[in-house]
Order: sequence, then C-alpha cells, then structure tokens
Amino acid sequence: MTFAVVVFPGSNCDHDAYHAVKHVLGHEARFVWHKETSLDGVDVVILPGGFSHGDYLRTGAIARFSPVMKSVAAFAAAGGPVLGICNGFQILLECGLLPGAMLRNRDVTFHCEFLTVRVERTDTPFTSGARVGQVLRIPIAHGEGNYFAPPETLAELEAGGRVVFRYADAEGRITESANPNGSLNNIAGICSERRNVVGLMPHPERACEIAVGSSDGLVLLESVVHTLASRGSMQAVAR
Amino acid sequence: MKARVFVTLKPSVFDPQGSTIAEALHSLGYASITDVRQGKYFELDLGVATAADAERLAAEVAGKVLANPIIESFRIELPDAAAEPSLSGAQR
Repeated sequence: MTFAVVVFPGSNCDHDAYHAVKHVLGHEARFVWHKETSLDGVDVVILPGGFSHGDYLRTGAIARFSPVMKSVAAFAAAGGPVLGICNGFQILLECGLLPGAMLRNRDVTFHCEFLTVRVERTDTPFTSGARVGQVLRIPIAHGEGNYFAPPETLAELEAGGRVVFRYADAEGRITESANPNGSLNNIAGICSERRNVVGLMPHPERACEIAVGSSDGLVLLESVVHTLASRGSMQAVAR
Repeated sequence: MKARVFVTLKPSVFDPQGSTIAEALHSLGYASITDVRQGKYFELDLGVATAADAERLAAEVAGKVLANPIIESFRIELPDAAAEPSLSGAQR
C-alpha cells in the first residue's frame, strides 16, 4: 500500500509520518511536494503537521491554494482516505474538506505534551481497528487547536456521528480539565460526511513506537491498511 | 486604487488574544478598558481605476483569502475614493 505524505514549505512532521508508515508500519511512503499534482498510485494521503507557509495569515490558509490540494480534493471526492494531522487538519478546515475553524488555544499557550483522547467512532478508515471508548495516549503540539464551529455545524457534526476523537482523561471521561485548548465539545478530531477524510490535532504518527513513549497512534495507520485491504478483497469477490 | 481591509473575529467568537491583552492592560492599571478585540489590517494596491472595481475586487479577495468567513468578518475602506463616501467603509 502506498501512502503519500504531502510536503508543504514549513511542514515539519512529514518525516515523522514517513518514518511511521515506512519503518514501523512497513508500507510504502512517498513524499509529494506541494507543487506536484499527481497522486497516481497512491492509496492513502497524509497531510502532515508543521507550520505550512509559516502559518502566515491563518494556519493552513495559504497551503490551501497549493497545486497539490486540487488533487487531494479529487482524491477525497473519489472516496480515497485522507488523514490531516495537526497543521494538516487545519489545512483541511481552511480548504473546506472538513467543517469548522481553529482559534488560538484559549490560554494563548503553545501546548506540547502527551495527553489522552477517546475514540468516538470506528466507522472511519482510520479508526476501524480501534474500539469505541478506547483511550489513546498520543502527543499534541499546537498553538491553534481550539476547534470552533457555528452552533448549527456543531449540531450537524454531533448528529452525524462525525466527532471521531475527543480529549478525555486517562479513564476516558470527557472533562473540562482534559481539554487542552478550549475546543468545543472537547473535539480533537472529526471526519467528513462520507467519513473518508479525517482530521485531528494530536499526532498519532509521533506515537507509533514504545521507544518514543507510546505506540497508541499506530492503530490509525493499521486501520487504514486493514480497511483498504478488506475493500480490495471485497472487490475481488465481486469480480 | 488602494483599499484597506480590516479583518476581525465575529462578535460571537471568543478572542483569546484580545482577552489576554485586556488582562495585561488591567494589570497596568487601565481599569476602565472593558474589552479588547484583536484583528488584522491589510493594505491592497489593487491596480484598478474605479472605486466600484476596487470595492468588488477587495471584497472578493477578502472573502476568499484574507478572512475566514466561519470565524471572521471584514470591512473595506477605499481611501482614494473619499470623495464618494457611499462606497467607503462598507460593512459586511
């Protein structure tokens, strides 16, 4: 399976994602420069974390206009799995592949720490191998992860079961003190209506090996491999 | 023709930076200041000749790029069109 890791000027978690896919997961990883437009032969797209275009204007606001994003939108429209991590999530919000927007963290502080999130949904390609209620210990590293959406959008997300991850304490309780940035409803990650586009602020790719403190993030990558493999075998049966 | 674009968070959106600045002002003794909202200011040199074109072009790029309509609103001023007050300072 081939993962594309999109590289914007200022991406800084592209190598983390590449390493996790190639050396931990054992699948093919390919860097795709933001000016490229071809995603031929790609099975999964990862928009990695970082500070694309220096976070100028707003986080993700300039990256949204990179040539590769038209191809990413087409890939997503065709049902391809897209994972936006941190700045990648912010880019997905800016380009409208996911709803809402990011505000500064409510304490105006950059948070770089391990925390825990609860898996809310397993009907996305990136959580199919997890359990509902499973608590993942993965790090965050952001200054603008305070998820905001207008009330009607938020209601739609909740009603549609599109909140995929919430900040929770170690026991999985959704509490105010477990919320690092002020995100509405403790939202740490959401998915698109068709569920194939997932964005989250925490960094699963930085938590794929015990050596770095946790391997809880690996389930996202394993899930998408499993989802695509079973899709492939279903197509084979159909043929 | 030039345009000034002011981008601000919508009133319903919490502004953590503005609140922090307000707190700093209070700690400096400016007790009468009740609220601070932080925004962005842009000067555009639009390369068009008429106020109507300037207004249209500035609004287009403000809506598409400079502001995120989910959380922000914008206001345009056309300093070169001061003689035509109806076109300047249009609020959106």
